[in-house]
Amino acid sequence: MQFVKASLFFLLLTLIPVALPAQEEKGSHAAEAEEEFDASSFIMDHIADSHEWHILTKKNGESVAIYLPVILYSKEKGLDIFSSRKLAHGQVYKGYRLEEEGDNKGRIVSLNDDGTVNEEGFLLDLSITKSVVGLLFSVIIGLWLFLSLSRSYKKTGISHPKGIQSFLEPVILFVRDDIAISNLGEHKYEKYMPYLLTVFFFILLNNLMGLIPFPPPFGANVTGNIAVTMVLALCTFFITQFSGSKSYWRHVFATPGVPVWLLPVMIPVEIIGLFSKPFALMIRLFANITAGHIIVLSLVCLIFIFKSLGVAPVSIAFVVFMDCLELLVAFLQAYVFTLLSALFISLAIKEEEHH
Amino acid sequence: MVLLASSLTSPAIGLVFWTTIIFLLFFFILRKFAWKPILNAVKARDEMIKGSLASAEKARKEMAKLQSDNEAILKKAREERETILREARDVRDKLIAEAKSKATEEAEKVVEKARAGIEREKATALADIREQVASLSIEIASRIVTEKLKKSGEQEKLIDTYLKEIDFNKN
Repeated sequence: MQFVKASLFFLLLTLIPVALPAQEEKGSHAAEAEEEFDASSFIMDHIADSHEWHILTKKNGESVAIYLPVILYSKEKGLDIFSSRKLAHGQVYKGYRLEEEGDNKGRIVSLNDDGTVNEEGFLLDLSITKSVVGLLFSVIIGLWLFLSLSRSYKKTGISHPKGIQSFLEPVILFVRDDIAISNLGEHKYEKYMPYLLTVFFFILLNNLMGLIPFPPPFGANVTGNIAVTMVLALCTFFITQFSGSKSYWRHVFATPGVPVWLLPVMIPVEIIGLFSKPFALMIRLFANITAGHIIVLSLVCLIFIFKSLGVAPVSIAFVVFMDCLELLVAFLQAYVFTLLSALFISLAIKEEEHH
Repeated sequence: MVLLASSLTSPAIGLVFWTTIIFLLFFFILRKFAWKPILNAVKARDEMIKGSLASAEKARKEMAKLQSDNEAILKKAREERETILREARDVRDKLIAEAKSKATEEAEKVVEKARAGIEREKATALADIREQVASLSIEIASRIVTEKLKKSGEQEKLIDTYLKEIDFNKN
């Protein structure tokens, strides 16, 4: 965030002399158009998850969007499945409302009969949101890609890679040689290869799809959503703990070389260490991808903040530059997440060293 | 900004649920139908390449060994030829020398024999000649004797002298 603010400030400083004087809006425009453009809520709307896939807002305020299914379960009302169109523009449907502001912005709340928000009741929101759709499509693309790759291996046998193989095989070999083997060792890497490959390509695909702004299902900020990165980090966490060797657990609960009186301090520290590693994984991926999206959107917003076409070329140039950088980041973050997962697993499976 | 950020950083349970399902499905499908066949194929290829490289190297080494073997055999054969030739030459020289020495010996023997024969012949011839000379002398003497026997005294003395001389010469 700090970086985003700093870069925005820097951009403003450099752009002010270039920006042409803001052109006056034509009088026929609605009063809302004259309102101050709220860049921060615009950006947040784009990077946050939502129940509909917003495409554009017409001049008369009508919005064109893909309305996604809402799946709700509450103790009192049971299971409810309906289109999010019913909740558009703050409408109440079956006692549910999609909050448009406040603490619960973007979340569906259950209402009491008198119209107040039911805070106590248990409400499970399993809606197919924008991120879920993005996720599904990335997985479908991934499945199509790798199943056809697998089929092509059956066809070509052991001859040299052809077509799609020559693009993907170097990446697979990179994950195998430079991530798995170099961290987990020649003998143990094979067991973890499917997970490492899956997580690498899952993150990479979602990163790349998030970079493509249009049309749906592209442009969803999936790997920049903390729920997604949390699930991935938890997978690494569980794999790490379940493959922990005896010496790994001894290091946690009875670190060799630490005096007994220090153990009450060391054990909590070690246990925090177990959780802080996947926590760092979760935050790193989320923050990197979200920051990238925020920067790109901020650059686009400059045009609307200045209400000037003159800013557009500069803004576009910067957006193109940022997108190139984000392309690098997409690969880099997939690599970093996979590398660190392999590293954490390797620390857990390491056998005791005999001194 | 802070409020919005809080909604950004708190994971939504629904998305956690769907991500888990989708990711696990993605993982299990890919593990069974993609990663295993792909990794096996790549591994098989790696092993084949490694194997063929190793066998090529082996063949190359064998080739080199064969070549060096050939050379060694050739060298040995050449050496053997040399020794055989040398031996043959030696044998020849020896044979010639032997033959020469034998021939010389034989010749010497023959010459010796001849010389001995000649000596013997000479001795016999001399004896013959002596006999003949004796008989001739006897004849002559007898003739002279017959002629001069008339003159006594003197003749007896002469015969004695002759006889003495002949005896002396003989020995």
